[in-house]
Amino acid sequence: MTVIQVVFFLVAAFTTAAAFLVVLAKNIVHCAIALVFTFFGVAALYVLLDAEFLAAVQVLLYVGGITILLLFAIMLTSRISARGVKIMNEQVGVSAVVVFAIFALMAIASLKGFALVGSPPPASYATASLGRLLLTTYVLPFEAVSILLLAAMVGAIILARREREKD
Amino acid sequence: MEKSMERFYAAFAALGVPSIVPQLILMLVVASLVILFISVSVMFMIWWERKISAHIQVRYGPMRVGGWHGWAQSIADGIKLLIKEDVIPAGADKLVFALAPMVVFAAALAAYVIIPFGPNLIVRDLNIGVLFYISISSLTVVGIIMAGWSSNNKYSVLGALRSAAQAVSYEVPLVVSILGVIMTVGSLSMIQIVEAQQRIWFVIPQFVGFLIYLTAALAECNRLPFDIPEAESELVAGFHVEYSGMRFAIFFLAEYANMFTVAAIATTLFLGGWHGPLLPPWLWFLIKTYFIIFVMMWLRWTLARLRVDQLMNLGWKVLLPLAFLNMGITGLVLVLLG
Repeated sequence: MTVIQVVFFLVAAFTTAAAFLVVLAKNIVHCAIALVFTFFGVAALYVLLDAEFLAAVQVLLYVGGITILLLFAIMLTSRISARGVKIMNEQVGVSAVVVFAIFALMAIASLKGFALVGSPPPASYATASLGRLLLTTYVLPFEAVSILLLAAMVGAIILARREREKD
Repeated sequence: MEKSMERFYAAFAALGVPSIVPQLILMLVVASLVILFISVSVMFMIWWERKISAHIQVRYGPMRVGGWHGWAQSIADGIKLLIKEDVIPAGADKLVFALAPMVVFAAALAAYVIIPFGPNLIVRDLNIGVLFYISISSLTVVGIIMAGWSSNNKYSVLGALRSAAQAVSYEVPLVVSILGVIMTVGSLSMIQIVEAQQRIWFVIPQFVGFLIYLTAALAECNRLPFDIPEAESELVAGFHVEYSGMRFAIFFLAEYANMFTVAAIATTLFLGGWHGPLLPPWLWFLIKTYFIIFVMMWLRWTLARLRVDQLMNLGWKVLLPLAFLNMGITGLVLVLLG
């Protein structure tokens, strides 16, 4: 086993353990904090794959943005953090079947191996080539996602405003 | 430098040890050196800040410990904090309470990886350079929220929430203000950014960007006039009210370490890094960095604290549009100049 493999298994174990904690912790704030560590582990996996830019963006957006907003929402919801949350409900059986199906699918796919979609860019220029690709070949999906996010943001503001008018 | 490294690796290879062993030893040595630098620099900064604040208020500040102008005051304070009893409040969430200072300090420590003290004096010249700092610094907020929430104290929760809101709003203009420099250089690497400033420091073409960066950086460090998260008069001390002894010292260390990082990044991006005549590069870098730190302290003891709404207005309605304007104009100029 090479050093990279040892590091990979350590990081993978860390990420999976944190992910289990997200699902199984009784206190919702603990779930959110465990989520931070999960995202961080995923970023470490990206670094192992030589995708440093993706790793940095992963930490910036998921750790610095999304989890902080999550924690915000939790703390602004009164008394939700003091109560334990229910971690199981009546749909355990159904979801177990779905989870195992997805796991089997992924296991088969990774055992059979993936075909490369395109030639991988040279590692040292990953950031520049990523930017160039986003603004040339993939400009349409990129813009579509931006408009989708804008629409979601406007929608969220309208929903929040309506709530306030009711009060 | 590189020759001695090769000799170091060769010595281990001759013994038949796998190359991971010397790498690990090297990592440990570098990490210890960085921690040592942080501790010494922070102790100096705390003494310096007390002296500056005192002289601005026509006092002397610490004068007794150590003899000459109380230079040993910070060392004495550090030892006092080390030997104090470790108190965890009964109502606190113990695990998160213990983890929070570590998260904050780890984030502050990791940022030192990309600070270029000199042409060869950098832990690692990552090709994502500045972006690494921006992403790792967002981890601090998570630590602050953990500390505030786990203390089970309403003042600390309020302080943590304010801090999170402030960091999230000021991170956006901070990132956009840096983009002007990155677009001019065409690289995120700290070494290449410094080398691009051989002829002219970026503070001249990117003056607006520099001002926006400095303002946003002050807010990122939670320093006056943006220290709403720990406003003493309303929140006692903000997110670290319940912390004492060594845990409090770690927060304090991280806060001043962050201040140094922010100033060092400003030096690298806008003030030409290690470039300067006569003196050795590392000395120039430290002089410029400590000058920015001095400006930050000067502002702290001169300006009054902003209100929460003023702070949010400034961030979203003034700094962010200005930063975007700066980015747009820089792009336009770059395209026109080819």
